[in-house]
Amino acid sequence: MDLSVILRTVGSLALISGALSIIISLSEMVLNNYGTVELDINNGDRKLSVKGGSSLLSTLAGEKVFIPSACGGKATCGLCKVGILDGAGPIALTEEPYLTQEDRASNLRLSCQVKVKTNMRLLIPEDLFNIREYLCELEEIEDLTYDIKRLYLKLPQDQTINFKAGQFMQFYSRPYGKIKEEVFRAYSISSKSSQHDHVELLIRLVPNGIVTTYVHTALSVGDTVRLSGPYGDFYLRGDAEELIMIAGGSGLAPIRSLVYEVIEKGLPHKMRFFFGANKLRDLFYLEEFARIEQEHPNFKFIPCLAFPEPEDNWQGETGFVTVALEKHVDSGENREAYLCGSPGMLDACIKILKDKGFPDSKIFFDKF
Amino acid sequence: MTPNISPFIIFFASIITSNMILSNFLGMCSYLSVSTEYKTATGLGMAVTLVLVLTTVVNWFIYTYVIVPLELIYLQYIIFIMVIAALVQILEMGMDRYTPDLHAKLGIFLPLITVNCAILGVTLFMVIRHYSFLQSLLFALGSGFGWWLAINMLAAIREKMAAVKLPPGVKGPALSFIITGIMAMAFIGFSGIFTIQ
Repeated sequence: MDLSVILRTVGSLALISGALSIIISLSEMVLNNYGTVELDINNGDRKLSVKGGSSLLSTLAGEKVFIPSACGGKATCGLCKVGILDGAGPIALTEEPYLTQEDRASNLRLSCQVKVKTNMRLLIPEDLFNIREYLCELEEIEDLTYDIKRLYLKLPQDQTINFKAGQFMQFYSRPYGKIKEEVFRAYSISSKSSQHDHVELLIRLVPNGIVTTYVHTALSVGDTVRLSGPYGDFYLRGDAEELIMIAGGSGLAPIRSLVYEVIEKGLPHKMRFFFGANKLRDLFYLEEFARIEQEHPNFKFIPCLAFPEPEDNWQGETGFVTVALEKHVDSGENREAYLCGSPGMLDACIKILKDKGFPDSKIFFDKF
Repeated sequence: MTPNISPFIIFFASIITSNMILSNFLGMCSYLSVSTEYKTATGLGMAVTLVLVLTTVVNWFIYTYVIVPLELIYLQYIIFIMVIAALVQILEMGMDRYTPDLHAKLGIFLPLITVNCAILGVTLFMVIRHYSFLQSLLFALGSGFGWWLAINMLAAIREKMAAVKLPPGVKGPALSFIITGIMAMAFIGFSGIFTIQ
């Protein structure tokens, strides 16, 4: 009796769930079968033939086109925006909160919420095809100041990197000490954009910073470091006669790359680089920039110390960068500004630049 | 065994006197969380009504022609839940394919609704009360409208109250509960017009 009840229970449950699964599978085959569809990316630059029925984000990832996404397709981060000219269907309620009026006007959609059903025409920033993951070998690590280290990383033999000067890489730390998981942080590339087999990063020790502590205490020459990139929209626009560059501390990194890009490409821009620090011991790369200044009359280097010690024998600009900025820059006319540094310093500098007549569209910055 | 009540009485009663939310307090989870905006509340209400009617109809057939003849009453909860889940999944795929506009509006709510207890509640009430097919259909439709009405009222009130300064203790879910309580008390005023439970 007992056994027959058990058998009947298990049997009928199995039958019913089996029947339901078959019905679902069949309806999926019928309803979710959109056949093979063509994705046209950037007006014919790339064409992909893919199987329809999944989200655009995962379909593209299957084709090794990685759209940045932090939430993994749940419509909670709003990062995976992609331009869709054709074939997207109506905007879903899940997308509404993430699409501004401008986004809508330029046909941007959340790729994780758009299902691939028909042929589509997509606009994907060319940079995204450039993002790769690199397992680099740490070739050199040295102290630039008491709290800033320079890391020189060799890319794997078969890989190269193409980045715009000013862009950054994501740096993945390994578990160490009490930190049990991999953590990543972004660091600007300080090497020349013409160099494709190495990248240089400048990393300042942040008190209690997980990744910076890892770099400063646990990392040594020969270690393998995982990077991904390049990312970011801080790069040279060059639509002006003179470029005003402002950096504090390790914010020098992207500026160094920018300066070299202008010089190596033989661009006509004048450059003035204001480099702010507290004391002499915080300054680095002084000889290098002094040398560039000698060799290239278009480039001027203006280091500023806010609190020089008497023994520093400081002859240069004294006070915050903002003071030097007030003094040396008269107007925003025909100038672009590139800033990289701490939010406090950047906000103060941007305020001055705006007062001098720099429009928002000519001020580019990378806050950290 | 089928009660001798007109299906239309059941329909109106399930909106007004036996409202799923205001008198049975079923389906509270999505009711509380998706009631900040009138527009989305309308979408959810519509989706709940649609799913309620479909699942109740299908479950009525499953109950009458599968569960009862095979003496599987002790498995009815599991079977109902499986049927609801499967049905919602198929419904979502079908909507996405044939009515993409509607899917864009209701699609996200469908997975939410699978676990909405008002859906299972209506099916179980239908079984307990021995409703006929027509009675079940109108009961489901009425319960859906009733749920829709309640969430729209709450959303409208919450939208109105968004600008009101409130002490921190009664913000958010607390406020929703207070509003719902007052609405439920107001709905007690309808009692006696119809009785179905």
